[in-house]
Amino acid sequence: MSTDTPASAPAESAAERYLAVQRSDEFAGLRRALRGFVFPMTVAFFLWYALYVILSAYARGFMGTKLIGNINVALVFGLLQFVSTFVIAWLYSRFANRRIDPVADRIRDEIGEVTHEHGPRG
Amino acid sequence: MNTVLAAEAGSTTARNLTITLFLVFVAITLAITVWASRQTKTATDFYAGGRSFSGFQNGMAIGGDYMSAASFLGIAGIIALYGYDGFLYSIGFLVAWLVALLLVAELLRNSGRYTMADVLAFRMRQRPVRTAAAVSTITVSIFYLLAQMVGAGALVALLLGIKPGTTFLGMDADTAKVATIILVGALMVIYVTVGGMKGTTYVQIVKAFLLMGGALAMTLLVLAKYKFNLSSLLGDAASASGKGAAFLEPGLRYGVETPGDALKTFYSKMDLLSLGIALVLGTAGLPHILIRFYTVPTARAARKSVLWAIGIIGTFYLLTLALGFGAAAIVGGQAITEQDKAGNTAAPQLAEALGVDFLGGDLGGATLLAIIAAVAFATILAVVAGLTLASSSSLAHDFYANVMKNGQASERQEVNVARISALVIGAVSIVLSIYAQNLNVAFLVALAFAVAASGNLPAILYSLFWKRFNTSGAVWAIYGGLLAAVVLVFFSPVVSGAPTAMFPDHDWQWFPLSNPGIISIPFGFLCGWLGTILSKESDEEKYAELEVRSLTGAGAH
Repeated sequence: MSTDTPASAPAESAAERYLAVQRSDEFAGLRRALRGFVFPMTVAFFLWYALYVILSAYARGFMGTKLIGNINVALVFGLLQFVSTFVIAWLYSRFANRRIDPVADRIRDEIGEVTHEHGPRG
Repeated sequence: MNTVLAAEAGSTTARNLTITLFLVFVAITLAITVWASRQTKTATDFYAGGRSFSGFQNGMAIGGDYMSAASFLGIAGIIALYGYDGFLYSIGFLVAWLVALLLVAELLRNSGRYTMADVLAFRMRQRPVRTAAAVSTITVSIFYLLAQMVGAGALVALLLGIKPGTTFLGMDADTAKVATIILVGALMVIYVTVGGMKGTTYVQIVKAFLLMGGALAMTLLVLAKYKFNLSSLLGDAASASGKGAAFLEPGLRYGVETPGDALKTFYSKMDLLSLGIALVLGTAGLPHILIRFYTVPTARAARKSVLWAIGIIGTFYLLTLALGFGAAAIVGGQAITEQDKAGNTAAPQLAEALGVDFLGGDLGGATLLAIIAAVAFATILAVVAGLTLASSSSLAHDFYANVMKNGQASERQEVNVARISALVIGAVSIVLSIYAQNLNVAFLVALAFAVAASGNLPAILYSLFWKRFNTSGAVWAIYGGLLAAVVLVFFSPVVSGAPTAMFPDHDWQWFPLSNPGIISIPFGFLCGWLGTILSKESDEEKYAELEVRSLTGAGAH
């Protein structure tokens, strides 16, 4: 790992450096992108799950409606919770690979030069 | 059909085979543990398995850590006896992983080192926050441990077919229970002290393969019996249950409607909502799950491990659906409750019935029963090892090294203390489990989830996402949520004042719900907020460091 500081940058403490990065536009964009995905998605799956639990408690007639043979709405609704969980996990993974990782890597590389005392260990 | 567990003809064979298979599992895992101990040199090796596991390996280990006997035997049993309602449980357990995936896993991996408290205390005063986190970690882990170990004791007597009046190796059922609790306790201490995180992780991976293999094989047999027609399996289960279509709908166990008693019905439905919330929000606050994210090298690998875990755990819960309804249809509720009122033996009983059908005769039944019984033991062992590791890590890294020694302990001292802690926690849980073995402690798993959701999760989320959050807020959130959950459960019908309570002969119950989450989780979040705004402390620089490091992985350990 490099220990020399670029001549143009005056010696900065790690704390100042982190503060500067946190206030940079690039980092603000990363934070906005991440929060813009995970917060609404969390609200969405939580409401979707809450709807399922509330219907299980209060809409027994609807949940008991038979669709095909002995397969009723409750079973299908439950299985849809599995499907939505798998789909959200897949969507997040695709989003993070495309939108988060490249930006995070770039910022980390920029910081790496100053904070070598914290460098990856073990 | 012969569905009584350990039926006369097959009983000796099944028992011997169960013990043999179990000993093989123990021998293999001990060999792995000894091998892992040779690779364990630094504190990072001991606490985090050298951060050398791949996303897939860690995903399997997470599955092995998470799919406890409560999920395998418990959920299959609830479905077998109460039908659809067991499914509600598994859905909560699965959806919960989205909280871990979206909000916690990667940020925690980037900013922490060995324990949950590394993240909570990152920008706070170390001693109060680490003390609170250690208290909460140990409380949650001990609750969980007790439920598993008492369950193991009860299970062994049932699975080895030791009935009142008969003996096994000169032990009656009660002695066998105590012996099992001590054996499970001793093995988990060995896995953790000798093998550290590396040994424990491999034990969990092996167990995950065994459990998935066993559940998959049984599911295929159940479906084959019904010619892969799900509707006719459900129909048979419903008619065998004697409850008809209601068996396939929610409401037999949770949110029960009591005609003419509107208040009781209301409480019962609130209880269902309360359980649902705790299940979904608890997972991402369980310390033994959180420390698994430190065993991989990067945040990206942590993400991959959660994706694998979601796939594995989701598949497993779909299988338990077939196992539960299969047990209801093939074994029948009456034969199950004769063995165990809670239905914990439904899956092993189903294995025996399937073995009789497909492998031929009592010997076939005995063989499949033995395999599934051994898988159940392996399941318990892997989970208790994870819990012991989480609590001893927190005791050593948070309490000893950072609170008592102000961060001045050497790596060697810290790891030694962790090993001693594992021994102490093992001894304490053995003694508590023996004391509690005849009490109904099944509620402790739900309580562990409630405490994790009420105390740990608010502290973690505020830490990672709220700039203003401070020491006072973290301490308030953890103690507030923890106390609210524990106190409410103490005054609930699961502890006293009901025939199924832990102390059925006493009555100090006034809180009407069995699950405290619906009150204690908002209370924990409220405490965290209130504690924060009542304190002036705020460290902008440290938050900048935490935020940048958690989002980018800069300076990650």
